[in-house]
Amino acid sequence: MSFAAASGSLGPQGTPALFSETAFGRRMVRHEAVARGVFLAMTLFMIAPLVAIVTHLIVEAWPALSLEFLLDVPRDRMTAGGIWPAFIGTIYLVVISLTVAAPIGVLAAVYLNEYAKDTWFNRIINLAVINLAGVPSIVHALFGLGAFVYAARFGYSVMAASLTLAVMTLPVIIASTREALAAVPMAFREACWNVGASRWQTIRGVVLPNSVSGILTGVILQVSRAAGETAPVMFTGAVLFKAVERGTLLPYYLDDQCMALSMHLYVLTTQVPNVPEAVPYATAVVLLGSVLLVNGLAIGLRVWLRTRKRW
Amino acid sequence: MTTSARAVVHTGVWVCLSACLGAFAGCRPHAEGAAIQNKGSDTMVSVAQAWAEAYQKVVPGVAVEVSGGGSGTGIASLIRGTVHIANASRDIKPAEAAQVLHNTGKEPKDFKVGYDALAVFVHRLNPLEAITFEQLAGIYREDGAFTHWGQFGLSVPGCKRDEIVRVSRQSSSGTYEFFRERVLSNRDFKLGSLDLNGSKEVVELVANTPCAIGYSGMGYATSGVKMLKVAMRAGEPAYAPTVEATWQQTYPIARSLHMYTLGEPTGIVRDYLDWVLSNAGQRILEESGYVPLSRDAGAERR
Amino acid sequence: MTPAHPVPVGDVALPARPRRSRWSLGVEWIIESAVRLSGVSAIIFVLAIFAFIFREAAPVLVSEQFDPLEFLFSVQWYPTSAVDIRYGTLALTVGTVSVTLLAMVLAVPFGLGAAIFVSEFCGRRTKEALKIVIELLAAIPSVVWGFIGLTVLSRLVVEHTSAPVGVNVLNGGIILALMSVPIIVSIGEDALKAVPDSYREAAIAMGATRWQLVFRVLLPAAKNGLLAAVLLGTGRAVGETMAVLMATGHAVQIPDGILDSVRTLTANIAAELGEAPAGSDHYRILFLTGVQLFAITFAVNLAADLVIRGTKRK
Repeated sequence: MSFAAASGSLGPQGTPALFSETAFGRRMVRHEAVARGVFLAMTLFMIAPLVAIVTHLIVEAWPALSLEFLLDVPRDRMTAGGIWPAFIGTIYLVVISLTVAAPIGVLAAVYLNEYAKDTWFNRIINLAVINLAGVPSIVHALFGLGAFVYAARFGYSVMAASLTLAVMTLPVIIASTREALAAVPMAFREACWNVGASRWQTIRGVVLPNSVSGILTGVILQVSRAAGETAPVMFTGAVLFKAVERGTLLPYYLDDQCMALSMHLYVLTTQVPNVPEAVPYATAVVLLGSVLLVNGLAIGLRVWLRTRKRW
Repeated sequence: MTTSARAVVHTGVWVCLSACLGAFAGCRPHAEGAAIQNKGSDTMVSVAQAWAEAYQKVVPGVAVEVSGGGSGTGIASLIRGTVHIANASRDIKPAEAAQVLHNTGKEPKDFKVGYDALAVFVHRLNPLEAITFEQLAGIYREDGAFTHWGQFGLSVPGCKRDEIVRVSRQSSSGTYEFFRERVLSNRDFKLGSLDLNGSKEVVELVANTPCAIGYSGMGYATSGVKMLKVAMRAGEPAYAPTVEATWQQTYPIARSLHMYTLGEPTGIVRDYLDWVLSNAGQRILEESGYVPLSRDAGAERR
Repeated sequence: MTPAHPVPVGDVALPARPRRSRWSLGVEWIIESAVRLSGVSAIIFVLAIFAFIFREAAPVLVSEQFDPLEFLFSVQWYPTSAVDIRYGTLALTVGTVSVTLLAMVLAVPFGLGAAIFVSEFCGRRTKEALKIVIELLAAIPSVVWGFIGLTVLSRLVVEHTSAPVGVNVLNGGIILALMSVPIIVSIGEDALKAVPDSYREAAIAMGATRWQLVFRVLLPAAKNGLLAAVLLGTGRAVGETMAVLMATGHAVQIPDGILDSVRTLTANIAAELGEAPAGSDHYRILFLTGVQLFAITFAVNLAADLVIRGTKRK
């Protein structure tokens, strides 16, 4: 609880109410109000663009938004129809990349939190995780191109693109899993050790089950990152167009190239001519909406699980 | 639930999840080699996509994967051997063809699929009507002296600082290379032009920017821009970019559109190219705003 | 290992402790190996990324035509010239720096202000709500930001300034600022939360207003964490690709002001990578600029990490 809220004995603006009986006190209360006002203004200034942008996007996208838009394939040189291949392509990329990244990330976090002593080697591992998180997306694209497309000979494919995204989402999964593991009280582990459980038995039986909520939240939040990145998939497996029959639920194979929502928005904006103005906005809204929906689910999950915590 | 029952349920769940993931990832019956990879020119990407879309109905089992990136990207992929058909809005250079042969052991085979006029666009309110190569070079070339519309004796309504905003393409673009070769005589562009990704982006930016001048395929014209008549030298007649002027090669910046394959194409790639060169394909080319190979091509159902 | 037969301890014979089966121990060994292997995976990937990029870039460093001074300090970027190939990245570097600088000038005050507001001036409910809003702001994909910059913001820039084109340093800077602010706010708020309440209590007891509390006590106390927040926000801005590709105009020039178009290192790689035939000089030079980028973000992240570590040691 913040100090602000804890200071319930103070007046509504935080300064002791009895101080407003003197001139000095009144000046302090004024300063208080000014401070609060300034910082509130700064916060609103930051949030206002978000609200304005999202509203503008939805307003401009409205004429094109419909369930049909999501389910139909692009028609008439991509000036009509829908975005289904791009949408399902993004789902492919996200699911496969997280399937690869989540186990590695969770196990790596288990290592860092449960097994690693504070040696220089482990400090370097920590540093590596932080740096991997900060690598620019175009450098990930370069790596994906060099390693997965060329060296590993996957060629331009869903496989190469998903692996590139997996490397990109790995460090944040590691970091959030570590937080979740660290939140499990030491007492739980000690109780297990006292009855003779080995380290892995403790982890599997007590630590992991109690941190599942945090781990899940961390993984789900990476969905938005994997779905939204364009550069890593543009160079490893995403294409401008691939003909897909309407209603195909699973149109891609691992060695195919695929369409992706992020790439689709990019090409609609820069390469496809005569697109009605609402269509790129609608694509942006679908991408943004899916991302925000998934993130909202993760946040909701986190809030709900926090109420169920037993310690 | 007893421990063994729980174990059975857990195993069952894992098996189901794995099966679903496997099906998702493609561990299911797969038609042999049913995709054609087609990469390259941004100028041609709109018609390449239209072809791919239409071909889906002609041969449903074969999917054409289309991406842009510029003629340079297509040819680079050809050199690497990672693409079936490379689109290019310029000719392949001898050095590039040699590299293709060296790396893949096959010579690139050229299929001319149409023509295009490289139009010079200005804002619709710009009073300029015609331009010569020399003036274009004066604007775009590295040592060019034209920086303000006033130097043309014009004033463009809406152009606040009278400066010429040069809109160009990225160096991967065949359009860029063709313009440089034909108009700038292979000298370099002046730095500081807005080098955009797509042909449509150029036209959109010019339509929104009164001060701008740009070049792109004539098929990308919109109502917000004007296409200039171009003359090679001052005093010579200036021609507008039209289909006729392109066939007769009177429009000075007309070019051919190519599709390159690795050696002689076979199988589904051969079928696709045959279809592209047929009347059906040429009609789609014409509808996309390009110039078909001849007057008769595509004329069947006019 | 405990013996299997009962051992008399004092007067009481303890029952035999069951030994774990070999199979169970074997499984545990396999799992622990997997854990250790995964643990080092992060290092492996970071090293792999650096190794790959450096390996692709390295041959050009030793070639005769390469001039490091020209590479770093020349404005002339003509990698595909027919007459005179020149690889000068100064304009690209200045492009990156100018957009990042403008973004930080805009983002840091507002980000820190918002962090202070969320940390000090909010009740619990408002704080939860604001944190959710900030997380959602952080989740907006970069291509959507680029789209907004190219369509919405460019029109606004042209209307309200004297810029001839709407895609320039100003546009890119605003977009990057909006992208970096969530990082600054969330890490800054963590840093402020870490300042012990006793500092606040002492200040209030001395009669400080909230204003004085923030500026005289909290900011100095949390300065390491806040610095780390700013550094990480900078790292994000430097590394951003798609948004600047679409919003800055992609012109190779040193800007005279914020209304000029520029090209950043990241956008340059994204635009030209596809056309450079693998193994060519152009390809290797692009990877070299990738090494440059990696080095810059590595340095920024290392600095942030050291600064945070400095805080923890206190």
